Amino acid sequence: MNINATLIGQAIWFALFVIFCMKFVWPPISKALEERKQKIAEGLSAADRAERDLVLAQEKASSNLKEAKEKASEIIEQANKRANQIVEEAKDQARTEGERLIEKAQSEIDQEINRAREELRKEVSALALSGAEQVLGREVNRDAHKQLLDDLAAQL
Amino acid sequence: MAASSASEYIKHHLGNLTYGRLPEGYERLDHHGDVVETLETSTWTFAHNGQEAVDMGFMAFHVDSLAWAGGLGIIMCLMFWLVARKATAGVPSGFMNFMESIIEFVDNQVRDTFHGKSKLIAPLSLVIFCWVFLMNLMDLIPVDLFPKLFEWTMVTFFGWDAHQAYFKIVPTTDPNITLAMSFSVMLLIIGFTVKAKGFGGFVGELAFKPFETDNIVLKFLLLPVNLVLETISLLSKPVSLGLRLFGNMYAGEFVFILVAAMMGTWQFIGAWPWAVFHILVITLQAFIFMVLTIVYLSMAVEEH
Repeated sequence: MNINATLIGQAIWFALFVIFCMKFVWPPISKALEERKQKIAEGLSAADRAERDLVLAQEKASSNLKEAKEKASEIIEQANKRANQIVEEAKDQARTEGERLIEKAQSEIDQEINRAREELRKEVSALALSGAEQVLGREVNRDAHKQLLDDLAAQL
Repeated sequence: MAASSASEYIKHHLGNLTYGRLPEGYERLDHHGDVVETLETSTWTFAHNGQEAVDMGFMAFHVDSLAWAGGLGIIMCLMFWLVARKATAGVPSGFMNFMESIIEFVDNQVRDTFHGKSKLIAPLSLVIFCWVFLMNLMDLIPVDLFPKLFEWTMVTFFGWDAHQAYFKIVPTTDPNITLAMSFSVMLLIIGFTVKAKGFGGFVGELAFKPFETDNIVLKFLLLPVNLVLETISLLSKPVSLGLRLFGNMYAGEFVFILVAAMMGTWQFIGAWPWAVFHILVITLQAFIFMVLTIVYLSMAVEEH
């Protein structure tokens, strides 16, 4: 328990260890710890940001979905409308076509009637002419009585 | 175990392995009290008994204390260095995690108490805490283990007498070790004060506090009183710091030695409960030494 030069020896040990730790131990470790702290903070803020981004993305997705649904229903409505229109148009077309066909048939019938009437008229005029020839006993000059014959035919 | 042999056993366990200078004409005695040799010149040698260690005066080293303190310190520094070399911002492995938790603990203590900027105080606190802890920890090794090993080695290979094979493995039970550390801390206190307040500030703190006055005459009348008080308060810090650690560890060691002296081979049974209590003392004393160092140094830097 004597006080002696051990004091000096121990003080030298102490100084050596403290200087060693000050130079080679503390700076790298505290730097690493500081960096890790920063890294963790960055990671946490990144996680926060990701969470916010997720919420935004979800909102966007749901709004997109809603929009898409609206658009789809609009398209369906339009399609329905268009279909109705087409059907309507087809009906109209069919009706007009039918009318046209009827008209055409009517006009053909009319033409037929006219032609038949014309032929009949011709025949009648010829008949009349031959009758008249026979009655008159002589030949009627077709050119001379053309006017007359035509009037007759018109009257028929 | 007879009373005389028990007291001899205890004395032997409390003696340090001392290497020092014996003066010219010194009469060396063996353990029976007979003169063995008279030194013709002053000689550096190992002390053969307690009286020789005393007679060596200041020029003596406690080889066991210094070797154990230095060895433990080197082991500590190596472990720190291993961690420092591999320190990354990534995920730490088991051992690194453990060391980093110690370092963070010390760092928090420093940050809580010391508000100045210093590159020294954090590593200083780390070294104090870990080193004192390791030195105290040697207390838990059975008291006879290393001394008996040492005695056997020295007697077998170096032809020593068993009586001169002193060996103490707990450096902090040696007041030289604790006082050397605490007076180093005192030097740092002075250094920190001078750095923070200038040399004039340091002298002023010694001379014009705690009794302050604006009257110039009174100031110089109070100067001797202040000087005495402040010098005592400056010196009492390292003395109390070193003696507190020494006293606690010495008392703990003493109990272990007493238990060993009483129970002999069965000391393990008797020493175990005390060892369990002592774990607390070991950690607490290391912590107290560190915290007080930080407190003293922050007091040195801050205005008060």
